[in-house]
Amino acid sequence: MDFIRYLDPTVQFMLFSAVKIVLVFAVAMTGVAYAVLVERKVSAWIQDRVGPNRAAPFFVHYLPVVGPFLTKLGIFQPMADGLKFILKEDFTPSYVRKIYFWIAPAISCVPALMTLAVIPFGSTLGNANNPMVIADLNVGILYTFGIVSLGVYGIVLAGYASNSKYPFLGGIRSSAQMISYEIAMGMSVVSVFLVVGDLNLSKVVAYQSGGIHEWLIFKQPLAFFIFLVSAFAETNRLPFDLPESETELVGGYHTEYSSMKFALFFLGEYAAMIGASAMMVTLFLGGWTPIWGGAPASSLLVGLSHIVWFLAKLGFFMVLFIWVRWMLPRFRYDQLMNLGWRRFIPLALVNIIITAGLIALTHK
Amino acid sequence: MSTKVVDRTPLTFYERSYLPAILSGLKVTARHFLRSAKGHNTATDLSQGYYPEVPWTVAEGYRGAPYLVRDQEGHTKCVSCQLCEFICPPKAIKITPPGPEGIPSDRANAEKMPREFEINMLRCIFCGMCQEVCPEEAIFLQKDYSLTGTSREEMIYNKEKLLSLGGTHAGIQKWKHKLESAQHQEVFPVKTH
Amino acid sequence: MPTLPDLLFYALAGFTLLFGFLCVANPFSRNPVTSAMFLVLTIISMAGLFVLLQAFFLAAVQVLVYAGAVMVLFLFVIMLLDIKEEERRRLNKAALGIGGVAVLAIAGLLVRALVQATPLASAAGQRAEGSTKPLGRLLFTEYLLPFEILSVLLLVAMVGVILLSKKEMK
Repeated sequence: MDFIRYLDPTVQFMLFSAVKIVLVFAVAMTGVAYAVLVERKVSAWIQDRVGPNRAAPFFVHYLPVVGPFLTKLGIFQPMADGLKFILKEDFTPSYVRKIYFWIAPAISCVPALMTLAVIPFGSTLGNANNPMVIADLNVGILYTFGIVSLGVYGIVLAGYASNSKYPFLGGIRSSAQMISYEIAMGMSVVSVFLVVGDLNLSKVVAYQSGGIHEWLIFKQPLAFFIFLVSAFAETNRLPFDLPESETELVGGYHTEYSSMKFALFFLGEYAAMIGASAMMVTLFLGGWTPIWGGAPASSLLVGLSHIVWFLAKLGFFMVLFIWVRWMLPRFRYDQLMNLGWRRFIPLALVNIIITAGLIALTHK
Repeated sequence: MSTKVVDRTPLTFYERSYLPAILSGLKVTARHFLRSAKGHNTATDLSQGYYPEVPWTVAEGYRGAPYLVRDQEGHTKCVSCQLCEFICPPKAIKITPPGPEGIPSDRANAEKMPREFEINMLRCIFCGMCQEVCPEEAIFLQKDYSLTGTSREEMIYNKEKLLSLGGTHAGIQKWKHKLESAQHQEVFPVKTH
Repeated sequence: MPTLPDLLFYALAGFTLLFGFLCVANPFSRNPVTSAMFLVLTIISMAGLFVLLQAFFLAAVQVLVYAGAVMVLFLFVIMLLDIKEEERRRLNKAALGIGGVAVLAIAGLLVRALVQATPLASAAGQRAEGSTKPLGRLLFTEYLLPFEILSVLLLVAMVGVILLSKKEMK
């Protein structure tokens, strides 16, 4: 690996970036697959069911104790699911608007993955000037919000392209819902950046690196709460899954979709969950820093442990997303709008004013 | 007055913030999660094994697939009145009645008998309307719940298949009783007071 | 040989013009949703141009506000309209003429400004560290009055909307 040192800095940067992109993409995709498994298993256990417990490739049969145990946990289920999605008949109804019908799944999936580009998922690995973030943007958070706001087009276009009434209603609902909660989300983050004084997500993590008492969740609990609930609404998760509410709209915006196109919507939803969880970890739970605090890693092992810390915090939020799904019933549409516009936005504004006032008083 | 108006206590601010409800919800779901994770599954007894290997015991009165039944003497009970065909919500039943010449029924005192009787099991919703409406008690929802086939054609069950699957219904033999009572009436039994 | 930023500039500028043209005069489709989507693409291409000018904040806000919020509302409204009627509508000659005059006027202004302007030596010196800080400072010092007037304008629009929507509740 010594040849890397002698490369041109630009080439080196491009090489490292490419490796990071591939790694983050691979981890995110695996994460999506296993988030689906966790979702199924957790939901089954909460509802006193068994959950996926039999899918297994043939060789697992020969492993003595581990094999049956892993099979019982459903570890191999995501592979079976993925294979099933690929092999299923991809059916395009005759009445759809073909072009939009084809690009809508991609549009809903790509922005969710793109948000991961600015998340610092670790400190450094080996080389000190090689931070574990794909793009260390100065306006990181704004980039995330911009990209996330594009994700709504996937759902709206899917509803429009399907050319039938339930998907259409789902698309209409999601367009209003996503815009409303984006505002609440953005406003809640403003107070965080008032405290930190920078929009760069790496700086936000650096600000919280002193240990658990420095985490912004304790300094801005209200902002965290608003951001958390808005994240549920932005990712169309229960209790805010009105765009696809099965009991009212069949499947909402993806009623007419099948096979891999449906899988892309599915993937988009879970990737958005991962993105939102990563944002919350970075903004409020100190990113990759351990609970006792930490400076950028000095050795390879410490660098790896930071990535593990980040993934552990990410996993916490993913489980929270899934846990809440099986606990709260769906909101009614007017309740949803009421909560967004008449509770969260004023609360976030008050939070900004109080935070700004406190900073002005103490910063003399 | 027997009714007693109970004043509904207004919710406190803490209660209106949804937080206590959310927290207690998290507690309940976590309890169930942990219990299941430990293996103490409360809903079903799984000590015998899981479904496909250990078949499910079908409860009495279960409404599975509808089949045609024969009476004890092995005669077809259906008289091709087509009431089930008309009532069937998903239009799964298709009866071909006999023409003017008719087909010989396989029992005495039956005017008609279906030439063909088809149920499309892909359409059937197991609602039981056919059983409800049948004046001859010739069709019953039985205990089959897992029907499979490799083609759509295979899932359309014809008369022969329905009769063989339905078996003999050992209950009421409406026409036998009617015949008996008719024959009985011929005898003019003398009532002794 | 053109550098990468040059190539990107020409590509993005071309995309902006192409998508803008397809937004207003698409020869293949008169569907309002298609027009709206091309407007979104125009906005995103323009955000790319801002990135090339090192104005990351403007680029992000451009995508966030225009592509992410305003255009979604546009789509929301378009979907509630009768699109078939819109597709049947013929081109209005008078509107076309007035539009042409407006385009010519703006183009003239732009050309005049370009001719009169002295080319900047280099924008490199202007590249600020965190581009939000100087922008915010400018907004609250030098351009305070226009900023406040704009906010009053938005307030007027909001009051108007509330007035219109509350009309029936006398």
